[in-house]
Amino acid sequence: MATEAHGAESAAGMPQLDFATFPNQIFWLAVTLVALYLILNRVALPRIGAVLAERRGTITNDIAAAEELKLKAQEAEKAYQKALADARAEAGRIVERARAEIQKDLDAAIARADAEIAAKASESQGRIAAIRASAADSVAEVARDAAREIVAAFGTSADGRSVAGAVTARMKG
Amino acid sequence: MAESAEGGSGFAIHPMDQFIVRPLFGDGPVHWYTVTNVTLWMALTVAAVTALLVLGTRGRAVVPSRIQSVAELAYGFVYKMVEDVAGKDGAKFFPYIMTLFCFVLFSNFLGLLPMSFTTTSHIAVTAVLALLVFVTVTAIGFIRHGAHFLELFWITSAPLPLRPVLALIEIISYFVRPVSHSIRLAGNMMAGHAVIKVFAGFAGALGAASVIPVVAITAVYGLEVLVSAIQAYVFTILTCVYLRDALHPHH
Repeated sequence: MATEAHGAESAAGMPQLDFATFPNQIFWLAVTLVALYLILNRVALPRIGAVLAERRGTITNDIAAAEELKLKAQEAEKAYQKALADARAEAGRIVERARAEIQKDLDAAIARADAEIAAKASESQGRIAAIRASAADSVAEVARDAAREIVAAFGTSADGRSVAGAVTARMKG
Repeated sequence: MAESAEGGSGFAIHPMDQFIVRPLFGDGPVHWYTVTNVTLWMALTVAAVTALLVLGTRGRAVVPSRIQSVAELAYGFVYKMVEDVAGKDGAKFFPYIMTLFCFVLFSNFLGLLPMSFTTTSHIAVTAVLALLVFVTVTAIGFIRHGAHFLELFWITSAPLPLRPVLALIEIISYFVRPVSHSIRLAGNMMAGHAVIKVFAGFAGALGAASVIPVVAITAVYGLEVLVSAIQAYVFTILTCVYLRDALHPHH
């Protein structure tokens, strides 16, 4: 039937409606679909699914790792800031200590200088007092001499002791 | 095919000759087990799908090669379609739908090679595919929901007097599904190939003026590439839609 039927079919009409070929097509279609299904279901699809899942996993892991690294970086920055602040505080302390030391030296130097000045001042005071005392003595002597001369000029004489006593009494008064 | 087209007297074009099922070896009758051009091109389809999805992914690379990314693209495309259209519980039918999609897509594209045989242009093939979907989906519907599956035809959101009418329409449309499902694919494939063949026949007969049909063939060929992909997509997404109806008949 086939050869003649084919000749007729090819001359006119649709080969699609040649029912003699249907069993053949359906049989091979069934074989093809089963083969394709087995290949896809057993090999291809699990493999691609696994690859996609693995990629998703890798991406998720990488994102988590990145997150962790970010946290670490933030921690490191925090530590850095803390170290910076510590260093600043330490520097402040050192400056303070140095200032205190300098102040102490300065105070000592000032005290020493004050003592020296005081010593010098008291020495000068002593000298001034001595000079003043000697000046007073001189004044008394001049006064005695002047008084004796004045007494002599009046024509009387007086012994030196009574003149000196009178002058001293006057000078005290 | 070409010889018989040219060998005819004068202006004989046989655009349908390309669809003839003939034995691959010898010229005997076509029994159900005979190795024919159907066998050859279906085997090539399987080989092409295997090359893409199995050989292309043999690296199992986390950073995919070019072929592997195409394979992953096809996988993701169909998987997302099944999940979006048929729902999450449709995902376990993904291997079946992927098989259908790969078969139709690669058969369509292989059929576009010159001198090839397009298995999906035969109603026998597409009808079996569509009936497989129809029977499977109906079986899933009854297994999952029992008699409640029939509520698919009893639209409770419509007013009561209208429901019997709507039920009749729904039932008719349900049983028309495999017919439209199969004829849409076979018709598209057959028409495009026949048109190309007709133009090719003109090109052979017109001599110098054959530039016009050659340009037309180029244009139609481009269109056919599009149609091949779109018909594979349409066939697959309709399968998903029918599957959704079976899984969730309560609209």
